[in-house]
Amino acid sequence: MSTLTPDPAAPVAIERRGIRLGDLLFKGVAGVAALGVTAVLGFLTYKIFALAWPAMQKYGLSFIWTEAWNPNTNVYGALTFIYGTIVTSFIALLLATPLSIAIALFLTELAPRRLASPIATMVELLAAIPSVVLGLWGILVFGPWIANHLEPWLQSWFGFLPIFSGDPSQAGLLPAALVLTIMIIPITSAICRELFSRVPHDLTDGSLALGSTRWEAIRRVALPYAAPGISAAVLLGLGRAFGEAIAVTQVIGSGNAINRSLFPPGDTLASRIASTYQGASNNIEVQSLLYLGAILLVVSLITNVSAQAIVNRFQKARRMSTG
Amino acid sequence: MSAVEIIDPYDITAKSNNLGRRRRIQQLVSVVALLSALFAVLILALVLGTVLYKGLSQLSLDFLTKSSALFGEKGGIADALVGSAIIVAMSTLIAVPIAILVAIYIAEYAGPKAASFFRVMLDVLNGVPAIIVGIFIYGILVVGHGQSAIYGALALSILMIPMVARATQEVLELVPRHLREASLALGVPRWRTVYSIVLPTAIGGILTGVVIAVARVAGETAPLLFTSSIVTTQGVSVDVHQALATLPVRIFTLSESPSPDDQSAAWAAALILIAFVLVMNILAKYFAGRKRKSLEGI
Repeated sequence: MSTLTPDPAAPVAIERRGIRLGDLLFKGVAGVAALGVTAVLGFLTYKIFALAWPAMQKYGLSFIWTEAWNPNTNVYGALTFIYGTIVTSFIALLLATPLSIAIALFLTELAPRRLASPIATMVELLAAIPSVVLGLWGILVFGPWIANHLEPWLQSWFGFLPIFSGDPSQAGLLPAALVLTIMIIPITSAICRELFSRVPHDLTDGSLALGSTRWEAIRRVALPYAAPGISAAVLLGLGRAFGEAIAVTQVIGSGNAINRSLFPPGDTLASRIASTYQGASNNIEVQSLLYLGAILLVVSLITNVSAQAIVNRFQKARRMSTG
Repeated sequence: MSAVEIIDPYDITAKSNNLGRRRRIQQLVSVVALLSALFAVLILALVLGTVLYKGLSQLSLDFLTKSSALFGEKGGIADALVGSAIIVAMSTLIAVPIAILVAIYIAEYAGPKAASFFRVMLDVLNGVPAIIVGIFIYGILVVGHGQSAIYGALALSILMIPMVARATQEVLELVPRHLREASLALGVPRWRTVYSIVLPTAIGGILTGVVIAVARVAGETAPLLFTSSIVTTQGVSVDVHQALATLPVRIFTLSESPSPDDQSAAWAAALILIAFVLVMNILAKYFAGRKRKSLEGI
C-alpha cells in the first residue's frame, strides 16, 4: 500500500469548492424563487386572458361598450360595470385625496408630537380593518344612515343635479363610493405622510425664516416638492379602489343598468365578479365574468405601473438634484 | 402725490403684508387639518365601536365552540375558526420561505438593474386585485378539481409573497454593510453570512412584515370565495382537500342574510376577526420596536 503524501493545499481547495457550491446553490435557489414570482405574475395575466378568450372571441371589443347582462339571451357587456367602477372610484378619490393630504400635513407639520403619534397609529389601524368587516358595517349601519339622512339631505340641497335624483336607497353607488373613500384614506395618507416627512428641513426652514407662515411654507415649498409622489399615492389608492370587491359587493346592491343618479344599486367590475360567479348559469356567462376580470386586471396593472414609474422618476430626479 | 408708506423692517409690530389675514389662513388650515385627522379617527371609532357593541352581546362559549347550524337553532363559528386557522397557517408556510428567498436574492445577490426589476414585479403583483388572484386559482385548479382549502391557501400565499418579500428586502438593506464585510473578511461564505449574520440582525423587521401580512390575509375574502366557500361537510373539519369554512367568508354570507339572528352572528364573528387583526398589529409594533433596537445596537 502506497501512502499518499498529503498535499497541504488539498483540504483548502476542497473547502473552497464547498463554499462555492454552497453559494452557488443558495444563489440559485433564491434566484429561482425571484424568477418564479415573476413567472406567477406572467402566468396569471396569460391565464386570465386565456380563460376569458371564448367570450372575447364571441363579443369582441364591443363588449366594453355594451350595456347588458342577460343570462337568458346570453347578451353580456361591461359598460354598466366600467361605469360603476369609474364613478365610485372617482368619487372616492375626490373625497379621499384632500382628506389624506390634510391628515398627512397635520401629522407631519402641524400636530404636536404627543398627539401625532397616537393619531397616526389609529389611521394605520383603519387600514387594518378587513374589508368584509367594513362591508358588514356598510350594509347594516352606514347604508341605512345614508338612505335615511345623507341622501335626503343631499336631495334637499342639490336635488336639481341629476346625480342626486330619485329615491334614497340603502345600497347603491354612493354608499360604495363612501366605503371606498374610507378604505383608501389610510393608504394615501400614509404615503403622503412619508413624502412630507422627507421634505428637507432646510427648505421649509428657509421659507419660514423668510417670514412665511407655516401654511405658506407648506403650500409653496413642501407641496410642490411632494407633488409627484402625491400623484403616485393617488394612483395607488385608485388601484385599490378599482380592485376592491368584497366591501363594494356588500354595499352596492347589484344592478344591471346605468343610472344617472348615484342612489340606486349598480355594480363595479370586481363586485359583479364576486356576486355573480356562483350563480353563473352557463359557460359563456362565466367566460364573460372572466372578461370583466381581464379588463380589471389590465386597468389595475396600468395604474400600478404608472404609479411605479412616477415614483422612480421622482426618486431619480431627487438623487440628481441632491447629489 | 400721496405719501409713500415706509415700513420699518425692524419694527415687528408694523402691519405688513396682510400678516393678520395670513395668520388667519394659517389657523384655518390648522383647524381643517385637525378636523380631517379627527374624521379618520371618528370613522375608526364608529366601526370598532359598532362591532364591539353588537358583537360582544352575542359572544358566548357556545358561539365559539359550536359549528354553523342549519335552520332553527343558533350556530357557532368553531368550524370557520378552525378552517381559517388552517388555511392561513398553510399560506404562511408556503409564502414566507419563498418571500424571504426572493428578498435575499434582491438584497444580496442581484445587480442594481435586476434588483429594481424584481422590486417593480413584486409591487405590481402586490397591486393585482385579490379577486383576480381568486379567479386565477379558480381557473387553473378549482375548475376540474373542485374547491379545497389547499387552493385557498395557494391563493392567499400569492397575495402574501409580495408583501413579505418587500418588507424583508427593505430590512435586509438596512443591515449595515460592515457587518457583512466583517463576516466575509473572516472567510465565511456568502450564504453563511446571510444565514447567520444578516437574517438574525433583520429578524425583527422580517417578523413585522410577516405578522402584518398574516393579519391582512386572515381578513381576505375574495380569493376564498372562489376556492373554499362551498362547504359540504357539517361540523369542524380539518380535511384540507375539501373546502373549509372560513371566518371572512362566513361573515360575508351572514352579512347578506336578511335574518336578524344571522346578522348578529355576523357581528360576533367580525368581532373575533377584528380582535385577531388588532392583536397581530400590536405584535407587529412590538417586533418593529425590537428591530429598531437590534439595528441601533450595532
